Amino acid sequence: MVARAAATDSDMLFAIRRWLPLPAILFMVVVTQVPLVVTLGFSLERWNLLRPQRRRFQGLDNYPDVLSDPNFFTIILNTLIITISVVVATLVLGILLALLLNRDFAGKGIVRTMLITPFLIMPTVSAVLWKNVLFNPAFGLLAALAAMFGFSRPDMLQDYPMFSVVIVTVWQWTPFMMLILLAGLQSLDHDQIEAAQIDGGGPVVLFRYIVLPHLQRYIELAVLMETLFILSIFGVIFVLTSGGPGIQTTNLSYGIYQEAFQRWDIGEASAMGVFAIILANIVVLFFVRVLRRGQAEGVTA
Amino acid sequence: MTQRSWVSPGLTLLTYLVAFAMFFPILWMIMTSFKTEADAFAFPPQVIFEPTLDNWNIALFDSNFLDHLINTLLITLGSTLVALGLGIPAAYALAYYQTKRSDLTLMWLISTRMLPPVGVIVPLFIIFRDLGLRDSHTGMIIIYSAMNLPLVVWMMRSFFLDVPYEILEASRIDGTSLLQEFRFIVIPLVLPGLFATGLLCMIFAWNEFFFAFSLTVTKAAPVSVYISSFKTAEGLFWAKMSAGATAAVFPVVIAGWVAQRQLVQGLTMGAVK
Repeated sequence: MVARAAATDSDMLFAIRRWLPLPAILFMVVVTQVPLVVTLGFSLERWNLLRPQRRRFQGLDNYPDVLSDPNFFTIILNTLIITISVVVATLVLGILLALLLNRDFAGKGIVRTMLITPFLIMPTVSAVLWKNVLFNPAFGLLAALAAMFGFSRPDMLQDYPMFSVVIVTVWQWTPFMMLILLAGLQSLDHDQIEAAQIDGGGPVVLFRYIVLPHLQRYIELAVLMETLFILSIFGVIFVLTSGGPGIQTTNLSYGIYQEAFQRWDIGEASAMGVFAIILANIVVLFFVRVLRRGQAEGVTA
Repeated sequence: MTQRSWVSPGLTLLTYLVAFAMFFPILWMIMTSFKTEADAFAFPPQVIFEPTLDNWNIALFDSNFLDHLINTLLITLGSTLVALGLGIPAAYALAYYQTKRSDLTLMWLISTRMLPPVGVIVPLFIIFRDLGLRDSHTGMIIIYSAMNLPLVVWMMRSFFLDVPYEILEASRIDGTSLLQEFRFIVIPLVLPGLFATGLLCMIFAWNEFFFAFSLTVTKAAPVSVYISSFKTAEGLFWAKMSAGATAAVFPVVIAGWVAQRQLVQGLTMGAVK
């Protein structure tokens, strides 16, 4: 009797190990990995949905086509400019805000709530709001401010399109950095800080030699995660500038979108998609390494 | 020491100012939604005005807004339920019944979340077209479930791991079956975490734009797609636009405020608590 119970129990354990995660894994394979393989397959075809009868296998020809297109180079450059400037700006602002919030003062909860709100708002709303109410050259708030101080009214989206895209994205993503770095600051050992203060360390020394090294893991994690998200932003660009003027603000996501759903070139869009996957993979490999290291040292997780 | 006396209030004041500046565009949007259209783009901008509810009436009831809101609600709730339904059992097994492959599975799940959407959009579009899933709620629920599943597995696993082992051990000695253990001991203990995970899934599904824009037309188009059609409002209907936009973000902002504490954990897949 006892032996049988044990047997059923271990059968049950075996079943749990084996079957419980399976539906989730199968679902993810079908929805994410299958399309990934199909993207690779499509990238080897000449296939435009406007001329479906001419669809045929053509090997690697799409890749040199994409690489020799001077626009593709601009698009990659735009993607990198947007990603790097947003990540750097949000990192600096995020650290400053996290330091400001990591103090005791009245109304801290409300201030924190106000600061995270831009991150909770859907990107299309943020972009519509900035485009119309703030950036509009005739009636926008920014133009009104400029006029009030006697400057000419700036046409932000026309004259500084890249800067505008970056500003709106920085506004959205600063709370992300702030939240993660604040969590880092709050896990800081207070005894250590007090000891350093007793030793006569000023705020700058304290920040440089105690706070910053402690934050390093959090900074790495936040930077890498944000990089992945910003690499493929789409909504803000679509609403603010539609990638323009010309292709001045077209990033890889928007470029692929146009190739696939405006020019209907499935083959070339897929080849560009493969480049996007490669770009993200470079970042992911780095991310996995950092995360593993963090786990090994028991700082995060 | 005299320096200290003004530094601290100064920093607090600075914090208030920065918070106000960051929040200002949202505040302005909310204010604009209560203005008349004439006041909305009056010059100089009106700070004091007579509030009206007309725009809210028109934006919500005299437009397609509610249809799109219903789409968003269906897709958001549906995908959150699917993601939780598939993710919780997986997280449970990965937390308590680890095998050699568990770590690999977890890492692989994270890697799917890191995949750029543009890397899979073309096949998804073609497959959806061929299966008749384009512009359907089912299609969007499938996509958002897959988007949120890794998050559910990682977060729920970390909550399961937080359950003290002694409690589980005690119940097992008492002869509780695994299903009873799950239902009456584990679930009540992780309920707050489950709630936060669900809220995070809803926030991500509610705000998503790229997949929605590429895979829906009108029938299943969520609010995020509807709002993007305001991209060329040119001052003609800012007040109505602001009312619609405020309504579109309201539920999710509230959800975010409620789940503030778990937001960081969710955003970093449980790496930072």
